[in-house]
Amino acid sequence: MKRKFKINRQVLRKSEEIFYRVLMILSTSIIIIALLAIIISILVKGIPSLSWSMISQTPKGGYYFGKEGGILNAIIGSLYLSFGATMLALVFSLPLALYMNIHKMKQKNVVNVIRFFLDLLWGIPSIVYGAFGFTIMVYFGLRTSLLAGIITVTLFIIPIMVRSMDEVLKTVPKGLLESAFSLGSTRSETAFRVMLRQCIPGMITAILLAFGRAIGDAAAVLFTAGYTDYIPNSLSQPTATLPLSVFFQLSSPIPEVQSRAYASAVVLTAIVLIISIASRGFSSRYQKNRIK
Amino acid sequence: MINGTKINIEDLNLYIGKKHILKDINVKIPEKKLTVILGPSGCGKTTLLKSLNRLTDLYPEVKTQGKIFNGTDDILHPNTEITELRKKMGLLAQSPYPLPMSIYDNITYGLRISGRRKKRYLNKRVEYYLRQVSLWEEVKDRLKDPASALSIGQQQRLCLARGLSVDPEIILADEPTSALDPVSSREIEELFLKLKQRYTIVMVTHILRQARRVADYVIFMYLGEIIEHGTAEQIFEHPQNPITKSYIKGTYS
Repeated sequence: MKRKFKINRQVLRKSEEIFYRVLMILSTSIIIIALLAIIISILVKGIPSLSWSMISQTPKGGYYFGKEGGILNAIIGSLYLSFGATMLALVFSLPLALYMNIHKMKQKNVVNVIRFFLDLLWGIPSIVYGAFGFTIMVYFGLRTSLLAGIITVTLFIIPIMVRSMDEVLKTVPKGLLESAFSLGSTRSETAFRVMLRQCIPGMITAILLAFGRAIGDAAAVLFTAGYTDYIPNSLSQPTATLPLSVFFQLSSPIPEVQSRAYASAVVLTAIVLIISIASRGFSSRYQKNRIK
Repeated sequence: MINGTKINIEDLNLYIGKKHILKDINVKIPEKKLTVILGPSGCGKTTLLKSLNRLTDLYPEVKTQGKIFNGTDDILHPNTEITELRKKMGLLAQSPYPLPMSIYDNITYGLRISGRRKKRYLNKRVEYYLRQVSLWEEVKDRLKDPASALSIGQQQRLCLARGLSVDPEIILADEPTSALDPVSSREIEELFLKLKQRYTIVMVTHILRQARRVADYVIFMYLGEIIEHGTAEQIFEHPQNPITKSYIKGTYS
């Protein structure tokens, strides 16, 4: 009787093992398949319309009816906007993330309240940021412009950037901080010379995450950055963006223009990809110094 | 036998939240000797060590009362310039934590934050301190390599050299050999015996044999209290308190 029970238990443990393994394989493959399906479908639909003139020209008259031109206005506009917003967000996020993890390391409650609010802000849909940005613009009598777009997107990505950086900084071993402090470092020296060096790869990931959201978001820039066929040459001019360019072309009834929407999506994906790879290369130079 | 006093701890009490961790600590740590804080795990040895350079400041809910004097400076006084205080004490942690940079930069870090930047001076100092911990021959050809590439024993010696680089008066060591193999442990112990001629060393350990090998002065702690303190001879040969006796005989369970 006792022996039988023992065998059953072994079988149970083994089947549990198999169950979780199948579950993991299943979810991994679902995610990979979904991702591939998205990429393949935009490639299949977009590649035929992708041409050099598409990425080197601004829209000519009648572009949205299938005539000549390209989306250079949206490419440049998106790059301006998302680089501007990422840099601006970095200026605010880095100090806040470091402050939470170095200066406030004793006041866990304060830090947790800040984290709670940032998580709330992270959850707010970007269209609400767009609407908020629009209200502010109206209040100050501003028109849709690159600057308004940058400010709105900055507000929108700050919570993402701060929380991601915060999660990275939390992983710094306490012993490393103690080492740095016992050499007589001030808090800022510890933050900038030790913590940041230790965390550079993670920090770059955090910045990339925010950049990806910035360049991919349509709703926040809809009311604030506007849309135009020209490349902006000052902060006060409206600007086109790739997500909106995809949106406008996709809502056209003309098949040729719809296909160009997919081509624009390919361009958007390629930009994110290139920037990710470039910054990974940069961060791997610091990876080797990391203390585990 | 014991001459000058380096650190004088008076009525030190330390609480974490409501837990009373250190109880009425009163002890004098002699200058240029190797003092061992001995006791079973969880008795507050490490906490006592960390209050000496106020690393306890980094932990939430820690409250300290009392006074710790280094000469005439009260370490625990809120107006004490804490970075200057910490520079006077090199720390060697339980497991080595080199800084996330090259071997060279690990040694120069402390010098750089004190404003020393001349390349020739830094080069000389790096060699000097690495020789102090007998690491120079092993690493002289790869000073630019990341410190994390060294073996654990080498890392611990590097951390010691880094601690010496800020020219401290005191070396605080928190079970410095607990993560090391016997050979590396021996190397650290031998370094300590050499260094104690010039530095006051305070070492926390729970290893009785290690304490016997290196200690000049012993503080025996149990459950947050100092049970007994005295010269190594007094404690090891003629312990007075029954708890100390049983720990030293090895019958303590």
